[in-house]
Amino acid sequence: MKRKLVELAHARSGDKGDTANIGLIALKPKDYPLLVKHVTAARVARHFKGMIKGPVERFELPNLHALNFLLHGALDGGGTISLKTDAQGKVFSTALLRMEIEVGK
Amino acid sequence: MTGGGRPATVRVAGGQGFWGDWLEAPYRQVTGGPVDYLMMDYLAEVTMSILQKQKSRDPARGYATDFVTQMERILPTVVARGIKVTANAGGVNPRACAMAVAAVARKLGLNGKLTIGVVTGDDLVGRLDGLIARGHDLKNLDTGRPLHDVRDRVLSANAYLGAAPVVEALQRGAQIVITGRVTDTGLTLGPLMHAFGWAPDAWDRIAAGTVAGHIIECGAQCSGGNCLRDWKRIPDLANVGYPIVEARADGSFDVVKHPRTGGRIDIASVTEQLVYEMGDPRSYITPDGVADFTTIQLRQVSKDRVRVSGVRGKPATDKLKVSVAYFYGYKAVGTLVYVWPDALEKAKAADRVLRERLANLGLKFEAIHTEFVGADATHGRLALKDVDVATMPEVQLRVGVRARDEAPVDRFTREIAPLILNGPPSVTGFAGGRPKPEEIVAYWPALIEKRMVQPAVELIQA
Repeated sequence: MKRKLVELAHARSGDKGDTANIGLIALKPKDYPLLVKHVTAARVARHFKGMIKGPVERFELPNLHALNFLLHGALDGGGTISLKTDAQGKVFSTALLRMEIEVGK
Repeated sequence: MTGGGRPATVRVAGGQGFWGDWLEAPYRQVTGGPVDYLMMDYLAEVTMSILQKQKSRDPARGYATDFVTQMERILPTVVARGIKVTANAGGVNPRACAMAVAAVARKLGLNGKLTIGVVTGDDLVGRLDGLIARGHDLKNLDTGRPLHDVRDRVLSANAYLGAAPVVEALQRGAQIVITGRVTDTGLTLGPLMHAFGWAPDAWDRIAAGTVAGHIIECGAQCSGGNCLRDWKRIPDLANVGYPIVEARADGSFDVVKHPRTGGRIDIASVTEQLVYEMGDPRSYITPDGVADFTTIQLRQVSKDRVRVSGVRGKPATDKLKVSVAYFYGYKAVGTLVYVWPDALEKAKAADRVLRERLANLGLKFEAIHTEFVGADATHGRLALKDVDVATMPEVQLRVGVRARDEAPVDRFTREIAPLILNGPPSVTGFAGGRPKPEEIVAYWPALIEKRMVQPAVELIQA
């Protein structure tokens, strides 16, 4: 069964220079393992293909039922250099929530 | 807190999350219920260069003037209730900021009732050549390039100081502590170290105070503001309560807000703030220590009260982060609104026409960036997957250009308006007039050995 991440998680994003970070938080703690399994760094890199220039890193925060993603080269230089509306990566969060994952066997 | 007695709990209120945050928040924080400290964060990376520019024109300026206005409003309460204030409003001129606050205090009849601590030592702009000559090449943390590359365009350079000088100012009796580039978290950690007598190498306590600082450093962003989870049910944002950390000596603390305020403090709102601007969660590095965010335990203990415990820390590194601002070039952004039918198609056609004209003029840009606001400006190709673009009522064409020289950017700003009469139809929304070329001040992150930076504290009596 396909599930959109917006049904399973909430998120907040921000910036560090030209890198956007997305914190992805399970709505229900029991769904955190699903996020760990399906929302891999490679899968997120595919989701944002063509929209970011660098690699994607992932960190796990099981205590907060959250994953943290770093999207490098996401902000057209970042901060004051960037020409993007979202120069500070504030809404990469909901862009990730558009992702669909295949859950169940 | 004199006489050696230590309090059971200390309440630190977040009053400003950035320069430009809600002007009502500090007053509400000091009048809405008991607080021991008011913490106000004013400095973003770009702010320092703006302040440096102001100071170069007028040596009495270079600090966050809004802070002085705020102090005029809250000082009578602050003095009457014995509330202490920590703020990095000093920018590149903390002493001038303190003098301005002292003048306000005297105007309010508070002569002799206020001691202001001033923290300096972060400003490296006058020392750069000496540092570079001694082998501190301040390599860019992202690109690895030495600062030498942009040395002649540097506008400001500041080391991020930690909580130590804030603690020193409080210990010497300051009621208001005004700093330059002290970390956001240091402004909260400093009061807790001072109040509880935490040692600088009590790494778990230092980490806990740092996490507390991180949670409240963006103001209401942990208490219901910008919170995605169940956002429609967050009550009374018009009256949103800014956060308060209620800390205990063991390093555990509760995140709360004043009664009869709006917003919401729950696991979701605090977690969203915890992951905001996060890098590697196991190593949240500050000048004071390294906090491990994977050790944080959250528990909702009652309505609008979240308990934070279990935070573990590691020793501080021997480096400080340095933020250098330098002149980069110019940019401008022009917008026009295209309307149904075929709104997106018209906007795309206009973009093609504009780009062809820019090319025909031979203008050289480092970047031309087009977005269609209302369609794909923020979510790119992901946004249009399930959308019938033909029915879009309106789309804003937004084109930005960037160049090292001003001339091509200036010429670009004159190519927007003509499109209204000589480009695709059904276009409006140029009421703002011709866009202006804007100077770009870019930011250069680097590290420096801690021993090269000596924080200094002085006291000023109002």
